Parts: sequence; C-alpha cells; structure tokens
Amino acid sequence: MKKIAIGFIVLCAVVSLVLVTSATAADKFPSKRITYKICFNPGGESDITARFQEAALKKALGVDVAITYQVGGGGALCWAELTRTKPDGYTIAGHNLPHTVVQPMEMGSAGYKTLDLKQIYFFESTPDVLFVRKDSPYKTLKDFVEAAQKQPAGVFTCGGSASSSANDLGTSMLNKAAGIKLTYIPFGGTGSAIPALLGGHVTALMSYSTMAVQQKEQFRALAIASEKRMEILPDLPTFREQGYDVVEGAYRGVAAPPGTPDEIVKILADAFEKVMKDPEVRKKMDANAFKTEFMGPEESLALVKKKMVEYEAIMKELGRIKK
Amino acid sequence: MGFSFDYLFQGFSIALTWQNLFWAAVGCFIGTLVGVLPGIGPVSGIAILLPLTAVLPPTSAIIMMASIYYGAMYGGSTTAIVVNIPGEASSVPTAIEGYELAKQGRAGPALAIAAIASFVAGTLSVIALTFFAPTLAQFAVVFGPPEYFALMFMGLSLVISLSGRALLKGIISMALGLTAGLIGQDPLTGAERLTFGSVTLTVGVDFIAIIVGLFAISEVMINVEQRLTSISKMEVKSWMPTWTDIKQCTGAMLRSSTVGFLLGLLPGCAPSVTSFVAYDVEKRFSKHPELFSHGAMDGLAATEASNNATSTAGFVPLFSFGLPTAPSMAVLLGGLMMYGLQPGPMLFVTNPDFVWAVIASMYIGNVMLLVLNLPLIGLWVRIVRIPFYILGPLIVFCALVGTYSVRFQTFDIWIMLLFGVIGYFMRKLGFPIAPMVLASVLAQMLETSLGQSLLISWGSPWIFFTRPISAVFMALAFLSIGRGVWAQIKAKAPEVVTDDAEY
Repeated sequence: MKKIAIGFIVLCAVVSLVLVTSATAADKFPSKRITYKICFNPGGESDITARFQEAALKKALGVDVAITYQVGGGGALCWAELTRTKPDGYTIAGHNLPHTVVQPMEMGSAGYKTLDLKQIYFFESTPDVLFVRKDSPYKTLKDFVEAAQKQPAGVFTCGGSASSSANDLGTSMLNKAAGIKLTYIPFGGTGSAIPALLGGHVTALMSYSTMAVQQKEQFRALAIASEKRMEILPDLPTFREQGYDVVEGAYRGVAAPPGTPDEIVKILADAFEKVMKDPEVRKKMDANAFKTEFMGPEESLALVKKKMVEYEAIMKELGRIKK
Repeated sequence: MGFSFDYLFQGFSIALTWQNLFWAAVGCFIGTLVGVLPGIGPVSGIAILLPLTAVLPPTSAIIMMASIYYGAMYGGSTTAIVVNIPGEASSVPTAIEGYELAKQGRAGPALAIAAIASFVAGTLSVIALTFFAPTLAQFAVVFGPPEYFALMFMGLSLVISLSGRALLKGIISMALGLTAGLIGQDPLTGAERLTFGSVTLTVGVDFIAIIVGLFAISEVMINVEQRLTSISKMEVKSWMPTWTDIKQCTGAMLRSSTVGFLLGLLPGCAPSVTSFVAYDVEKRFSKHPELFSHGAMDGLAATEASNNATSTAGFVPLFSFGLPTAPSMAVLLGGLMMYGLQPGPMLFVTNPDFVWAVIASMYIGNVMLLVLNLPLIGLWVRIVRIPFYILGPLIVFCALVGTYSVRFQTFDIWIMLLFGVIGYFMRKLGFPIAPMVLASVLAQMLETSLGQSLLISWGSPWIFFTRPISAVFMALAFLSIGRGVWAQIKAKAPEVVTDDAEY
C-alpha cells in the first residue's frame, strides 16, 4: 500500500509538471501536439494524403502530429465540430471542395457555414473518373451512355464517396450532359465504395483519378472529368473529348476553426508548403495520381469563393437547390 | 499469386531473423497491453506507431503492426473476465460469461481458455490465409448493401437468444440501443436526428462509452449497493483449465474459428460484430444452452476464437484487393502505402518476400502471444480478490480514462456515466443489457446499408429477398424470430421469469 501511495504522489507530481511547462510554452506556436482530423473513413484519399504528409509535417512543425478520424454526414459532422473547436491552431481538419461549399447550401443546417472554416492550404486535387468493372461489356463511355439510355431511368446505379461530393455532382452533371438517369448511391468513403463495384453491386463507380492507378487491375476507366488529360494517365480520355461537358473533381486541403489568428495560420500554411515541396512526398503523390496544388491561405479563400458562385449555379441548374 | 512452399519457407526465413522476431515480440506485447486497457483499441495502438515506419524496413514494421492487431484480441478478454470491463467491443460476450466464471472462482481457467481459444483460432486462420488467400478474397466482394443489411438484421435477431425469456424487455433494450445509435447525423445525408438542437449531440454517441457505462459502471454501482467485499472470495486453486473444460470447448473453438474467419473476410464485419454472431451460433450448438449468461466456458471460447479469426481473416482482402475490413486494417493499409507497397493482386507477384514474411510471422506471433499470456494469468486472477473498496474506484478510474481516450471528448464521459445509471436500473428491473450493446454496435451499418439498398431498389424492400445471399440471411433471421416468439407463447407467462437473463 505504501508503495502505491508513493507511486501515486510521484505520478501527480509528473502530471502537474507537464501541465505547468505546457502552459508557459503556449506563447510560441507550435509547442505541443497538433491534431489533424480526417473527416472520412481511414483508407480514403484524405487519409492517404495525410499519411504521406505525416512524417514531413512533423519535421516542418517540430511537434508531434496526431491523425484522428471523425466520420459521418459526408464530412459535415467533422467540420461542424471544427467550427466549435478552440481556435488555437492545435486542431486542424482536412477539408474538401465541393463538400464544404455544397453541404451548407443543400442541407440548410449542416452545422457550419462555408466561410466559417479558416483556410490554411489546398494541397491536392483529384478529378472525377467514371469506372466500370474490367469484365463489363462497356468498353467506352459511348457504350455505357448508350446502354444507359436504353434502360428505364434509374436502373443503372453509380456508386461514389458521400453525398454532395464531387462524385455526386459529377454523376449529376453526366446525367444532364448525356440525357441519362443514373441512381447515385453514396458510400462512407472511397474505401467502402470500391468493393461495391468489385462485387458488381453498382453498375458503375464515379471515383477519383487515384483509383485509376490503384485499381487498374480490376477496373476500367471510361473518362476523366478534367479539362485536359492527366500526365500520369495519358491514355484516359476526358469527358469533354468524348462530347460530354463534365469537369468536376475534389480539392483537398486543411482548415482551422474560425477565429484562428492569422500568424498561426501562416505558420501552418508555411509548414504545408514545405511538406508539399518535399521530393519524397511529391513522388508518392504523383505515383498515386494525386494532382499536387500549392495554394496558401489567400489563394485558398479565393478558390472557395469562386467555387461558391460556380456550384450555386450548377446546383440550381440541376434542380438540387431552389432557384 | 498462387501458393508455393518455397515462398512460405522463404517467408519463415525472413520472419525468423532476430530483428523481425524482436519487432513481432514488441507488437505482441503492445497488442496485449492495448487489449487489456479499455478504450485504447488496436486502431490507436497501430496509428500511434505508424510514424515508426519512417525508420523501420517495411517487413519489420508491418509485422509489428499486424501483431498489435491480433495481439489486442488476446488481451481484450482479460479485463472482461476479471472486472467485467470489455477491453474491446469484441470482448462483450466474453464479459458476459467470463465475469460470471470469475465470480465462481474460475477466473484462471477462463483466462486460460480465452488464451487457448485465441491461439487455436489465430493459428487456424493463418493456415487458411496461407493456403487459400487468393480464392477466399473473392468472397470479400460478394456482399453488397442488401447482403450487409440482411446480415446485420440477422445479427439483430440475436436479441431473441440474448434476452433469455425476457423477450419483451430484450426488445425494449434493443430499441433503446438503436435509438442511441440514431443520435447525431444521418450517415448518408447528414440530416440531424434526435439532437434537440444541441450542437454536442450532432457528433453522435460512441458505442465504447455505452458499453463501458452499461457494464463497468453499473456493475460497480450494484456491488457498492450489495456491500461486496471482493469479486470472488473463492480460493483460486488452479488457473489450469480441467480436461472437461477443454473437451467442452474444442467444438466451440473450431466452429467459431470458421464463423469468425468467413465473416472476417467481409469489409465492415469488425471483430465486434462477428464475436456476437459466433457467440449466438455456439449457444445453438451447445449441449447446455441454459448455462449461457451464467458462466458458460464454451460461450467464452467461441467469442475469443471468433475475434481472433476475424482479425486474421482481414488480411485476405487487405493483401488481395487493398480493401480494409476494419479501422485497424485501414491504418495498416496506410502503412503499406507509405512504403509504396500497392496492395492488390499484384502484391503477391511483385513483393512475395514481404507478403510471405508477414504471413509467416503470424504463426510465430500466435505462439509468442500464448507464451506471453499464459504465465500472466497467475497475476490477473489475483485482481478478483482485491478488496472491493480499492478495486471499485480503480474500475471507475479505468472506465473514465478509457472512454475519454477514444475521441478525447468530455461529452463521452457524461454519456458513459449516464449509461452506467441506465444500466443500473436495467439490471434492477431485469432488463437484459446485451441486446442494447448489440444494437448500438450494429446501428450505423444497419442504417447505412438499408438506405443504400433502398436507393438501389427504388424503395422496394423485396431487394432483400430476391438476392440469394441476403434471402438466406433474412430467412435465418425470421426463423430465429419465429422460434423465439413460439418459445414465448409456449412459456405462457414469459414476463414472470426474468431473473435468468441478468444481462
């Protein structure tokens, strides 16, 4: 008993010492572990990017970075939570376009507003790619669209990651451009959408360029929703080349809680800039068909504002929000 | 992609280097620890160590991370048996049976059987992984949303057997669990439910908080009320299980290894789900189903075997398709990708050394875990004899720390304490607790797959009956429901006899 009591006292002393030191060091940012929240399932694009960045980010910031997950509501849960988090820079979250623009528009109360999120950096984008299974009879986008036109509306299903995501919007745009009606099935993330196409539970999959590399053994990519072909995927034609005006994709970056001081945001943005210019990180991003971007806080905010106008027009046109 | 003994032997020669043996041992130790501590699950255990991948060669790192995952399944049973706190969600049925055994002074044999069942299932699963990985991988994708819904629905029908004769109370308990799982945002659309405008509730209720509250806190409250002096006053004679125990559990171990392994191939079927299914299957096979909930050794063996089999089975879709079946596997996938190892059918062709070394290390890891766990039993069993005025506060302390460490939210602690009180009243009023836990574990997958299925079918529920696999599960579910209802009618006065369903 005596030993336990002594042990307990020592433990208390250590704990209070740690608390005191962390309090005095608070004026220098960063001085303690930073939490980097991922708003989607582990194994999805956001997670994989964060894992690529992890080591370099720790080096750039000089403190530990903890990657945690908060999944639900197509990311809305995590971003709503972020707006209620202490704005000290020690909690940041991966955030995505179009999600953070479209959700507040469509859902009424998504729990956050688009401009609530303080932009730090956009570091990558991934255009939408339409996939079918390797053994599918549809060899080209034209085959697929023609087959879909012959079916009653809604019989062809198209899986994708989350609601109001680039996958969801891309599917809607294709529906409109090709005069077809695919039923969009949202999954918890790209990681859980893949088995649905592998097992043939959906007709097609609207996913990201990364999957054109990762699943090339099993999937056939029909078209990419970028303006031009991607360097790493030279044989994959764009939707536009094939006569359908579909340009859509996701941007990924990090955001901080509203009210985070600009100095702190700058420190974080500089760290991400350093990470994204790290040749090791670049190599991994390129190999996996992530398009690297280098947008600091101002540029990121400008992109968000530009997308807010664009998506509002698209959503109205598609009839997904009231005119 | 095929199997060859050359590859396996080469794998062993790599896995048996002192360096890889060392990291496997470290992983097994951390895994056991992570399993013993409630709240800190294998996901956080592996994620914390992920940065080590920057310094370790890929084979050593993945060997270590894999051993943390299956090691956690060994450790999860310890606190479940001795103090009724399931270390992991997958150990809930272990707590139901094991704690009863501990109260009867049989904590030692229970712990030993848990370790042996884990070892048997772990080893059998590695054998299946070794010889059939590419073939079995196909099984992982035959499940679409309707099949998942049917499986989860069948899972929910276990409420019947978990409720004993208090069927109505069991259904109420299940409904409460499902309601708790609904709190927060719709997993498909993000719409808010049952949040009453509170921003905190939009995050939802974590089921670890529910489980720890229902089991540990309510148990402490009951014990305090009864002025219990220690969990078991029985002299701990021997921690060795008797031959009768082993004979009784052999069938359970083999059956549950199969159930756990097959279900473990499916993405989303985490050990927490399969352990319940295996427990229920075993109850049906058991020669003495009346012993279940009162300390059935075979029920405990079934749970522990199935969660180990599931954790090993997860490597099949991971290596073959790059599909993570559980959160821990997703973190492992991240680890693979950090090394530029692209999981998928090509992995067996491009990196056979790596794949077979990891598989070989699992044989070694399972032996290590058995050796590590058996001698510790002598230490663990003494816990049940600690005076309760010391042990009780310690349990509460562990419950608080464990719950907080899942998401680092104070809110979860309040939820845990609230469910502690709910659990206390449920026990007092003879409501079984297990259906509530089961419902809260299954709620999200049940809801997501239901929504997706109905989108595919344009709102028609017939989709669950026209697809063969889901039809089989639905049929089994309805059979089990029908049988339960029939038993109730036959029993005439079902509500009178409620005391045999303590949980």
